[in-house]
Amino acid sequence: MNKENRGPLVHIVKRGSIPWYTGWLIRGSAIVLALIVCALVTTLLTGENPIQIYAAMFKGAFGTPRKIWILLQNLSILLCIALALTPAFKMRFWNIGGEGQVLIGGLASAACMILLGDKVPNWALICIMVAASIGAGALWAVIPGFFKAKWNTNETLFTLMMNYVAIQLVAFFVILWEVPKGAGKIGIINQSTQAGWLPQIGSYKYLLNIIIVALITIGMYVYLNYSKHGYEISVVGESERTARYVGIKVEKVIIRTMLLSGAICGIAGLLLVGGTDHTITTTIAGGRGYTAIMVAWLAKFNPITMIFASLLLVFLSRGATEISTIFGLNHSFADILTGIILFFIIGSEFFINYKLSFRKSAKKEAEA
Amino acid sequence: MFDFVSFIPRAVVQGVPLLYGCTGETLTEKSGNLNLGIPGIMYVGGISGVIGAFLYEQSLPSPDAINGFLAVLIPVLSCLLGSLLMGLLYCFLTVTLRANQNVTGLAMTTFGVGFGNFFGGSLIKLTGSEVPSIALSNTSAFFSRSLPFADKLGWFGKIFLSYGFLAYLSVAIALIAAYMLKKTRVGLQLRAVGESPETADAAGINVNRYKYVATCVGSMIAGLGGLYYVMDYACGVWSNDAFGDRGWLAIALVIFTIWRPNWAVISSFLFGGLYILYLFIPTGMNLCVKELYKMIPYIVTIIVLIITSMRNKRENQPPASLGLAYFREER
Repeated sequence: MNKENRGPLVHIVKRGSIPWYTGWLIRGSAIVLALIVCALVTTLLTGENPIQIYAAMFKGAFGTPRKIWILLQNLSILLCIALALTPAFKMRFWNIGGEGQVLIGGLASAACMILLGDKVPNWALICIMVAASIGAGALWAVIPGFFKAKWNTNETLFTLMMNYVAIQLVAFFVILWEVPKGAGKIGIINQSTQAGWLPQIGSYKYLLNIIIVALITIGMYVYLNYSKHGYEISVVGESERTARYVGIKVEKVIIRTMLLSGAICGIAGLLLVGGTDHTITTTIAGGRGYTAIMVAWLAKFNPITMIFASLLLVFLSRGATEISTIFGLNHSFADILTGIILFFIIGSEFFINYKLSFRKSAKKEAEA
Repeated sequence: MFDFVSFIPRAVVQGVPLLYGCTGETLTEKSGNLNLGIPGIMYVGGISGVIGAFLYEQSLPSPDAINGFLAVLIPVLSCLLGSLLMGLLYCFLTVTLRANQNVTGLAMTTFGVGFGNFFGGSLIKLTGSEVPSIALSNTSAFFSRSLPFADKLGWFGKIFLSYGFLAYLSVAIALIAAYMLKKTRVGLQLRAVGESPETADAAGINVNRYKYVATCVGSMIAGLGGLYYVMDYACGVWSNDAFGDRGWLAIALVIFTIWRPNWAVISSFLFGGLYILYLFIPTGMNLCVKELYKMIPYIVTIIVLIITSMRNKRENQPPASLGLAYFREER
């Protein structure tokens, strides 16, 4: 048999459609594989039994009611930012600027708390804070959106740079308002009067945040799937030319969607400053603006699936923080584990979209 | 009078890591891969060099026994190896498995920054050695050794000759990359792969091989930027998160220089200057205004970005297939 007639050993074929459970089976096995690799890495570095390590991670994430509340609180913030970025990404607008939009929203509410804390009644203050943070977040997102719509300016870089401008702006105000002078931080704002603190429901400190984010999740699901705006977003995302052809004003859709995206990021900032930390620092978003991009993408832009994606990431970071404290390792260990799991999930998408078919032996070919 | 003699050298040492990152990312993007993992790769490059140098210094009987040649070679090789592995991982996911490049890049950045900070913080504990902190001043001395007659030539020596060898190497690599992209057959074919992989494939160019090689070489160049930062700029002291956002700035510079490594030489030093300009603007006791001056490099980037997009010239466009995976059967 002459050699040239042989096909390649492995042949890649695009799959048509596969039932949803096969897709999730592939993703699930990728996560299991990733967890095994993570366990191996952890064992190599700590010399401990991997099962014990996962037990410690579970304890760190779900061990006490307080830890569960913190987990839910972190989950709700991450989910909120991911939801905010989703409409932009669905439109193929790479909004890397979640971090800055959250920060600027937080800064706006902190500014209201500091400047108006003792001048207006509490309910009015909270209304002003909501309006200010939504407005600030929306403004921060619509600037790159406007230039993208008008002159097709590269939005990845623009939003990224807006993050740093926001960080420096927060750094400026932190020094301007620092308490006490020279401390380099603001500390808890209005600790005695609690003016501008979002109300607490019963004795649960984080319940309000969780409820607000749950409402946003449902709202976003309906908006993306059952509204005209949501439809226009997906058409613009799939093909800008088609969108123009059917009479959708692409510029308008881009600007409108960025306003929405930034507004929800602003709410995340409000929840962080008004509802959780009651202070503002440059690291209050803590990289979640970037993590949220991966949450949105992992969930294929489906708001309901995003709950599970953010649960996975928050669990990992909380759990890895716990093991790094127990074994005296650096807390960046969480990032390594998150990275490994993400690589596996990213890789698994290939096996959902494509099928590998191996070369049949010459005999079988003859029979067929 | 503005003190240029002390300003320019500081701008240059700030610019060198950016120049490495920018040259590496330009090569990568010319093959159509948008590698947002560069910040992570630079961390990995830096920490790999640190690990290599740390193990070498620990294996010596006494600090005086250090061999200058090995002290340079070992960190450079381990840095190249670390960043090569990151580049291979990126290529495997995006070229072979055709994953989304933005998400892969961001995941690589999370991983790389975590990797750097983790080993930076835990290296001493993991190797069980008895030193208080990672201070590789002996190794660093070989990296930051300036040209012999730098002290004698006054301002000229200070501005042009006072840097370690990695700084000169960065300029050389950028110029070679510019020449290669513009004047050689390999560069032409690489640009073809980035502009239109279908056409390149039809012309008999191995698209995947070009993407792999360009991205891996680009990652290695970027990794050297991390190494320069730790060994020369920071005098061999690793501190977590010290490298900061320089990786992102390097990616910004690629667009700033409209994908031309020879422009990157000047622009990265200019950027380095903007980065430290706040130290040279007199503000008196008013500390908070300094924070506003730190915005300058970012705002300048935004303005340049807007102006280039308004002028919208054809030769200033990114490679046409940037960010897209290539699958032959999808044509």
